[in-house]
Amino acid sequence: MRGFRRFITVPMLGLALLVPAACGGGGGELILATTTSTENSGLLDALVSLYEEESGDHVKIIAVGSGAAMSMGERGDVDVLLVHAPAAERAFIDAGYGVERARVMFNDFVIVGPADDPAGITGSADAAEAIEAIAAAGARFVSRGDDSGTHAKEKTLWGAAGLEVPSADGWYTESGQGMAATLTIAAETGAYTLTDRATWLSVSDSARLPLLVEGDERLFNVYHVIVVSSERHDSVNTAAAGRFRAFLLEPTTQQLIGEFGRDQYGEPLFTPYASESN
Amino acid sequence: MDLIVDAVAEAWRLLRTGDNDIYGITLRTAAITGTSTLVALLIGLPLGLGLALARVPGQRSFIALANAGTGTPPVVAGLLVSIMLWRSGPLGGLGLIYTPAAIVIAQALIAAPLIVAITAAAVMALPPALHLQIRAMGANQRQYLWLIAREARLPLLVAIMAGFGAVVSEVGASMMVGGNLAGETRVLTTAAVLEVSKGQFGSALALGFILLAFILVIAAALTIVQQRARRR
Repeated sequence: MRGFRRFITVPMLGLALLVPAACGGGGGELILATTTSTENSGLLDALVSLYEEESGDHVKIIAVGSGAAMSMGERGDVDVLLVHAPAAERAFIDAGYGVERARVMFNDFVIVGPADDPAGITGSADAAEAIEAIAAAGARFVSRGDDSGTHAKEKTLWGAAGLEVPSADGWYTESGQGMAATLTIAAETGAYTLTDRATWLSVSDSARLPLLVEGDERLFNVYHVIVVSSERHDSVNTAAAGRFRAFLLEPTTQQLIGEFGRDQYGEPLFTPYASESN
Repeated sequence: MDLIVDAVAEAWRLLRTGDNDIYGITLRTAAITGTSTLVALLIGLPLGLGLALARVPGQRSFIALANAGTGTPPVVAGLLVSIMLWRSGPLGGLGLIYTPAAIVIAQALIAAPLIVAITAAAVMALPPALHLQIRAMGANQRQYLWLIAREARLPLLVAIMAGFGAVVSEVGASMMVGGNLAGETRVLTTAAVLEVSKGQFGSALALGFILLAFILVIAAALTIVQQRARRR
């Protein structure tokens, strides 16, 4: 049994390693809920490490869909949101859960799909018409189906086409997963999908379906920062949230956003679009 | 096939260069899963011994409960712990959500029923005459428990391996209560999920290989301990 006792002392040493990790961080602690698209592209890591250096705050990034991010905000489980679902954001503000919403940046959504394009939408500049053509052709379409900002945008496109959001059977399916995973599923099954340009540019070649539709102003994808209101939850760190919000809107940060990804993908992933108002 | 060859090369490159904080992630995985297994052991061993030896009403129901608990889905354990630890939850004031400690709590919740169930089964499988024999030699309660645990030591090591196996392979609970924070709560499984979600299958597979190598080392160490224990 001596060997047994020696064995369980090893995790004890591990515990000693963990304690400082759990207590780390200098200034305030800030929990940021954001979308998988900003996290997967790597932009957020770059921004946050710079912010932590400047402010001394410690940021915890929780990457979920925009819907989940706002419901965490409603419960006061997070301090600040960086999201892209304008209609839901306005409802969030109106209900008093968030304050100081400001524009940060934009990119755009694009419709991608199989190279043989059975619905014949290549080159179309009308996203609603394109999505209607996909439905009419009964061509496979993979929806995020996860209440994310991308999913919300997709639903508004069905509305713009004068159609109900299809039920998930046959040609229309829901992945329930993040953008890159959904792109992989679409590529593997020869399906169409709606994606933000940043994620589409950053996935590996095997998942990068041909870009078929872009440029419709309805495909505009704006990211806003929202400070979670401390009125309902006094545990919210509004001071640090305000600092992070100000940091995102600073000209130097905005310049960084405009440069990010240029060397790796040949074009920037996001366009700076700061505005105190929205 | 290219993907597998690339992944092996990528795993080798990661190990050689230490890129993507691969050593930090591996050490953190070892520390967190080791601590979770230890905590689950400290809870599970006495409970399992007690359940097998005590003559209390409802004993069978408790054993059935432990047996059912061996199937606790990690995502359910993660959700329960999250609800408790979120700021809006009853234990939110502790500030434990998105820390390694939160992962340890959730993983211990996953592993403890396994250890209880296997311990109880191991002790109940001992020959009934053994209990009388130990008592007859004049052992006090502490010596009695110690000798019983000693007799069951081989299956008890299986309990440890099962508990460790459950926590090292789970991803649902770690992701949810830990948040997969780089440099803080990112472990091998959550890092692999992140790479998959980015569509970087080569590095995801590389992380998988490193995880398998880590499990192999621990299993080998436990087997050596087990074989030594057998000879005694």
